[in-house]
Amino acid sequence: MSIKVLVDKCYGCKVCVPSCPFGIIEVIDKKAVIKDGCNLCGACVSTCKFNAIEIVRDTKTTIDKSLYNGVWVFAESREGKLANVAYELLGEGRKLADQLGEPLVAILLGDNIESEASKLIAHGADKVFVAEAPELKYFLEDTYTQVIVDLVNKEKPNIILMGATAIGRSLAPKIAARLETGLTADCTNLDVDVAEKNLLQTRPAFGGNLMATILCPNHRPQMATVRPKVFKPLAFDAARNGEIVKVDLSKMTWDLRVKILEVVNEVGNSVNLEEANIIVAGGRGLCDPKNFAMVEELAAVLGGAVGASRAAVDAGWIPYSHQVGQTGKTVGPKVYFACGIHGAIQHMAGMQSSDIIIAINKNPDAPIFKIATYGIVGDVREILPLLTKEFKKALGVA
Amino acid sequence: MKIVVCVKQVPDTTEVKINPETNTLIREGVASIINPFDMYAIEEALRTREKLGGTVTVLSMGPPQAAEALKEAIAMGADEAILLSDRAFAGADTLATSYALAKGIEKIGDVQLIFCGKQAIDGDTAQVGPEIAEKLGIPHVTYVKKIDEINEQEMIVERMNEDGYERVQLPLPALVTVVKEINEPRLPSLKGKMRAKNVEIPVWSAEMIGADPDKVGLNGSPTWVKRIFIPDMKCQGEIYCENVEEAVKTLVEAIVSRKIV
Repeated sequence: MSIKVLVDKCYGCKVCVPSCPFGIIEVIDKKAVIKDGCNLCGACVSTCKFNAIEIVRDTKTTIDKSLYNGVWVFAESREGKLANVAYELLGEGRKLADQLGEPLVAILLGDNIESEASKLIAHGADKVFVAEAPELKYFLEDTYTQVIVDLVNKEKPNIILMGATAIGRSLAPKIAARLETGLTADCTNLDVDVAEKNLLQTRPAFGGNLMATILCPNHRPQMATVRPKVFKPLAFDAARNGEIVKVDLSKMTWDLRVKILEVVNEVGNSVNLEEANIIVAGGRGLCDPKNFAMVEELAAVLGGAVGASRAAVDAGWIPYSHQVGQTGKTVGPKVYFACGIHGAIQHMAGMQSSDIIIAINKNPDAPIFKIATYGIVGDVREILPLLTKEFKKALGVA
Repeated sequence: MKIVVCVKQVPDTTEVKINPETNTLIREGVASIINPFDMYAIEEALRTREKLGGTVTVLSMGPPQAAEALKEAIAMGADEAILLSDRAFAGADTLATSYALAKGIEKIGDVQLIFCGKQAIDGDTAQVGPEIAEKLGIPHVTYVKKIDEINEQEMIVERMNEDGYERVQLPLPALVTVVKEINEPRLPSLKGKMRAKNVEIPVWSAEMIGADPDKVGLNGSPTWVKRIFIPDMKCQGEIYCENVEEAVKTLVEAIVSRKIV
């Protein structure tokens, strides 16, 4: 395993030099030289017009990829109710399955949960595996992994999608490690290479500003997690046909070493950003924690929730529970106000599916304007009060 | 109790700047630090040691320079730090990384409790912790915000989720990943800093941890990076640069007319 420059193919054109995220390629005597520090990311390989850079992998393809068929969606549920992310994944999964000519399958685990299966079909699934047992009433990594890994080994799906939720982000890596396959977290875009049946998984990389498309070419199933609100569900269609298959769990020896003692719901106390129709979010452009009051006022007038950029949270202006972005919450409101937010990729990954984005920033080159529906260039501390005043007037609020 | 904390060395910035002329990341002048979420893991390990006795070993995989970041953990009070470093580890994805760390933990031996931060700020995957636990065949709990009870045999923790939290009981050995609500990491003591200055960080190679060469680095990584790119974002919106008051009025009208608010 190594990277090398094929000297007889290299013309010293220097195209690869800027492609290296680490800046360690130099052209010496008209030949590219890769210096120490390469982490084999492959960025240069795809830019070379002469195929003169090669990553040599000793990986042996041991599996027969043609045996793997089907796009699976883990239909996450909590307390017997399906999570919205299950429908969103079915929406995207339908597209991928149709492109590949493979079935779209939902896997539903729980206790007395079969009644939810028809909803999964109405949202796009061709087939639903239902695994019901008292041991599956509450999510446990161990029992859910047992059921899913058994099913995967038997049915051999090509792709498995899971929500990047508290459950999905704990379950997916456990399953991937047991199956010894690849897993890509928090994808913001999915596509397929139909010829190779590969899933093209795109996610923010290197702490933001760059995107990476990741492949899992020699292992199956290909696994990815996706944040809630990134994809849109299909409309409910009761006329859709599908098959419901009960999973036989009679021979299962449950792994019950971990126990749930208590489930505490605190929804009332936390900021329900994910469900909000309107979000007013503040960033470093507010200049002072006091100015968050302006954000809160506009949110109150519009009946919306308050969000924040990582910069504002890191500065201690507002608690972490308000953070929108890759490490915070992913939101998709009808209107998103980005007030004094510059627009790091990580922030945008968390809110770009909003229907209308309104950006206010004094820097006309701020990346946030590139995804804004409406933008105002100016000082957010002057514009926010104006906006609040105008909305009050238009809505007839005193 | 033998406690291990897995940490990652990351660039000291969450927004790596791009040089617009060359389109490469600007890495000069960016110091390496311990991933901030891992600081909470170190702190919780130290608190657990204070309660139950034992040792805290900090373990990391990375380039030789990562040894410097590990000294910070020693300064905070960790008993020792070990670096897994080998050219064979280069290009590792989360599966290959967790395999190497699990082999390192097996070499340390007799480990009862493993702490990880909930995720690293550069990769944000949150996968390595659960994958290590699976490789070691031990249970894990993610997003832990509080340890309610702990003894040599078992622990009760509070795990955060979207709706609140769950109290979970699990037997040791086990792995937990922690969130920043769990504690306030201590600052290094003067004594700790002195110790860190003189400490030698042992470096373990792939061979020393008995790693299968097919399971580490690029060879052991099922996922490959196909392409890295700067997203091409087209500016399609209406951007107002002057006459702010008019712009505000137009905007409010546009939103109100859609009957959203």
